Order: sequence, then C-alpha cells, then structure tokens
Amino acid sequence: MKNRKLLSLLLPVAAITSFILFNACKDGGPTTNKETPTATTPIAGGGAGLKLPSGFSAAVIAEKLGGTREIAVTQQGNIYVKLSRAKNGKGILFLQQEGDKATVKNSFGTFGGTGVFVKNGYLYASSDEEVFRFKLNDKNEVINPDQPEKIVTGLISRREHEPKAITLDNDGNLYVNIGAYSNSCQVDDRKKGSPGRKGCPILDSAGGIWQFKADKLNQHYGDGVRYATGLRNVVGMDWNQQNNQLFVMQHGRDQLHDLYPDLYTVQQSAILPAECMYALKKGDNAGWPYMYYDQEQHKKILAPEYGGDGKKEGGQDAIDPVAAFPGHLAPNGLLFYTGDQFPEKYKNGAFIAFHGSWNRAPEPQAGYFVVFQPFKDGKPAGEWEIFADGFSGSAANTASGRAEHRPCGLAQGPDGSLYVTDDSQGTIYKITYKK
Amino acid sequence: MHLKKYALLLLALVLSTAALQAQTKHKTIKKGAAIGLKTSMNAGQKVFSQYCVSCHQADALGVPHMNPPLVKTTYVLGDKTKLIKIVLNGFNEDVEINGETYSNSMPSHDFLKDQEIADVLTFVRNSFGNKASAVTMAQVKTVRATNKK
Repeated sequence: MKNRKLLSLLLPVAAITSFILFNACKDGGPTTNKETPTATTPIAGGGAGLKLPSGFSAAVIAEKLGGTREIAVTQQGNIYVKLSRAKNGKGILFLQQEGDKATVKNSFGTFGGTGVFVKNGYLYASSDEEVFRFKLNDKNEVINPDQPEKIVTGLISRREHEPKAITLDNDGNLYVNIGAYSNSCQVDDRKKGSPGRKGCPILDSAGGIWQFKADKLNQHYGDGVRYATGLRNVVGMDWNQQNNQLFVMQHGRDQLHDLYPDLYTVQQSAILPAECMYALKKGDNAGWPYMYYDQEQHKKILAPEYGGDGKKEGGQDAIDPVAAFPGHLAPNGLLFYTGDQFPEKYKNGAFIAFHGSWNRAPEPQAGYFVVFQPFKDGKPAGEWEIFADGFSGSAANTASGRAEHRPCGLAQGPDGSLYVTDDSQGTIYKITYKK
Repeated sequence: MHLKKYALLLLALVLSTAALQAQTKHKTIKKGAAIGLKTSMNAGQKVFSQYCVSCHQADALGVPHMNPPLVKTTYVLGDKTKLIKIVLNGFNEDVEINGETYSNSMPSHDFLKDQEIADVLTFVRNSFGNKASAVTMAQVKTVRATNKK
C-alpha cells in the first residue's frame, strides 16, 4: 500500500516533468525565431477524428487498404499508393476519387515497399532492394502494369531501416535513401558495451542518399553517386522547388539510456537525440554514426560509442541540421506545400508526417501527428507547430504507443488538398481548407 | 489553456495506468505461492525495465513490424532452452507471430548473470497475461555451458 501511494505521488511529477521537457524542445532547434506569430493550435472536430487548425477539414477517402506507405496524386486527381507488403501479389494501388471517396480501380506491381513518385510521364516505385518505373499515358495512368522497367537494382536491405524512400529532381536524377542496417555502427548492433566502429564500413553502401539517373535501366551501386552520407535512416524526403535542393528528415539513433545508463537518464533518452531536417548538397556528411544532434544544447554531440559523454562536441566535418524536432518521433513523410488552397503562411513551407515513437518507453510515447514547419526563402523560419493531430485515437493510445492510425506518406493534390496515409490501418485522409 | 488541459489529461492517464499496474502486480503475487517465485519475479521486473522495456514496451506487446511481442507466443511460453538461447545469443532473423513479421535484431544479452536471465524470463513467462513455469538459475547455467552460437 505504501509503495502504491508513493507511486501515485511520484508518477504525476515525472509525467509533468517530461511534458515540460517535451514542450521545451519546441523552443529549441536551429530554426527558432521568437518573433514569428504564435502557432495556431489544432482544434477537435476537423473531421475523420482529427484535430486541425480552424478552417481545415479532413475526410477519410479510403480505408483498410493495407500498409499504405508513400502516396502520389496525379494532375487528374488520381492516387497511387505503395503498400509495405504486396496484397494478393500486388504492391501498388491505383485509386480514383469521386466526391469524398476514393476507390481502388487497379492494383499491380508484384513487390512490397515504400516509395512512390510521379514525374515526367512515369510512375516510380521502390521495393526494399530495387526501384522500378511504369510508363504513364497522357492521363497519368499506367499503360502496362505488368512490365515495369527496372531502374536500380541490388540495394542493401538487412532487416533494419530497409525501406527505400525515393524522390526526383528537375534534372533527370533519382534520389534513393539507403538506410543504415545498424543503430550506431557498433561492432555488435545495439549490444551494451559493444564499441562503435571507427571508419564505419556500413557507410560504403548504406547510411546515405544515393543519386541515380532517372531514365537509365539496371543501375547498380557503381552507376550511382553517394550524394550524401552520414544519414542513419531517411524516409521523408522532398525536392524543394524554391531553392532547387534536396531536403530529408533523418530518424535519429535509439537507446542512449539502454546502452549508456550512466550517461543518460530515461527521460533524456526519450527526447534525445533530435529528429533532424537536413538541406543537402552533393558530398554532404550529416555525421552518423559518430555524432548526434542535441536539440536542447543546440550542438552536435560526440556519440557515446565513440568516446562521447553527452557533452563533448563532435561532428566537426558534419553539416548542421536546418531544423530539429524531439527524439524518436519518426518522420516518415516530408512535403513542401506549393498549392494555393491553404492560407498564405503554408506556401512553400514543409509538412512532416511523424509516424510516432517507440523508443521512448518506459516514458510516454509521442508523435502520431502531422507537423507544419514554416519556411522563408527556402529555409525553415519560425517555430514548427502540430498541424493535424488525433491519429492515435486518444491521449492514452499515444502514451502507450498503441496508436490506431500512424501517419506516414504525404502528397499534394492538383487543387492544393493535402493527402495523408496511415500505414497501420491503410487509411487515406484528405485535408482541405475553406475560408 | 491548451497546455493545462494536456497536462491534466496526462496526469489522469498516468494515475490510471499506475492504478492498473498496481492491480496486476497484486494479482500475480497472490497467485505465485512460493516465496522463491515472488523474489524472482520482483528481480526479473527490474531486469525487464532495464534491458527489455525500450524495445518490447511496457505492455510487452512489442512494436509492429519491428520488435516482437512477448505475450502469448510459443517463443516465450514454449521450450525454455530455446528461450534462454535467445537471451544469450540475441535473435537475428525475421520472425512471424500471429501473421505479423518482426525484423529488428535483438542483441546478445550474454553479459547478464545466470540469475538475472532466470529472473527476467520467469517474470516475462508469468506477466502480461502469460502463465508458464519458472526458469531457474541452474537451467540458464546448463544452457550457457553448452551454448553454441
């Protein structure tokens, strides 16, 4: 009985502390600009169980589709969505919209995976090892669904960070994320006491973004360029049209407390390191596995596997993030909004779908929302804010990590509507704005 | 305003979880007749919170597609030798449980003492709705002695 009383006294204190810590993170990061107007708070009743800023509404246009990962919407308003695992042997769904519903008209592509992208008359789609493309007709419909062209093949996929996110630039290049098959490049992955490997060999073939030609068939590693390295894992990536540059969202490392309980508390381990947004140039190094970004100290910190103590700085040759978000939230979708439907402040800013955390346990989990990061002149400017919340179903679901829906992919429709996939239950949300 | 609301909600949530946890704990202890089991369970819970919870989660239900659940699966409730070997050697292959595939690698936990492994496995086999016989230090010792990676 005594213990129970003590517990109920202490737990709220811990909860409030972590809550304050969590919110404190919002003030951190390289993007902080206190003079920008305060964020709009999402309100309940946005439709489809979501909380959205006033004037926005959401509709579930399709559900129970499977593991819906990334999504592309054509100029005709039709939808391609990639399934993590092929369903009845088909890994890509084609949906057409009518009113508030989207119906599956066709399914094809024998492979599961994550990436899907429409550009220059082709639909690009990735498995965990390859990238394919399908020729489109003048209505952006796939002409021959059974005969894709293989663009890239033989990419590494070793049961950790396997998804190959893709995007294209305007100069005929395809960018592919090849996630590191490791947490921090220890000799024994995630084993307590196992040291970090100097000259991490993983970086030769993973832990970065590779650039390939968008129209050349059967490219291997040797045909591509390691465009940027030192990125542990990226799922959300998009080409910024304003400054013609690749932006990515990194999934930061896990388990600081598990592996180094003497250096990091459970609470620190829950919010560190930052989930970082990077603006990449060819040849950039983001510093994994030797460092991580601490959004509270606003510093690149030497990873403990490489002699760090939570304070020593590291990553002298690594680029700084352009924005930093609280740890483990798992950014899976990144989209620069170029539409005219939403209010002016959203134009050219970034939407980020946070899949939600798991590596915060035993602290409460967090995420399962879509964030808006304002931009000015191609750079983050001002504080990020939660744009769409409520995917998890309840505060209890969020805290336990048992979310009903988990936001993953983002796309913009021809009329400026925002589409969000949920890969937990296979839902597609459409978010619109009316003055 | 919004901040306050959120804080209150969190507080309520944490309080109810605490109450729930306290209840389950109470029940389990009542069932475990032997004092040895009780001691092992308590010690095992500590090992669980230190080394297991961040991946397998507080409810031991794991993380979809990544970290497998420890509840109602033969991996946990079945052959003890196999289970002890997973802790000693880690687990590095895709595993399908109830139609879901899990792919994260589990590192070797051979740095844990025989008693710690016995305790944590006894705890997991008798918590979260699981019910199975205890794992003893002697059993861990035997498996470790003949363990081939």
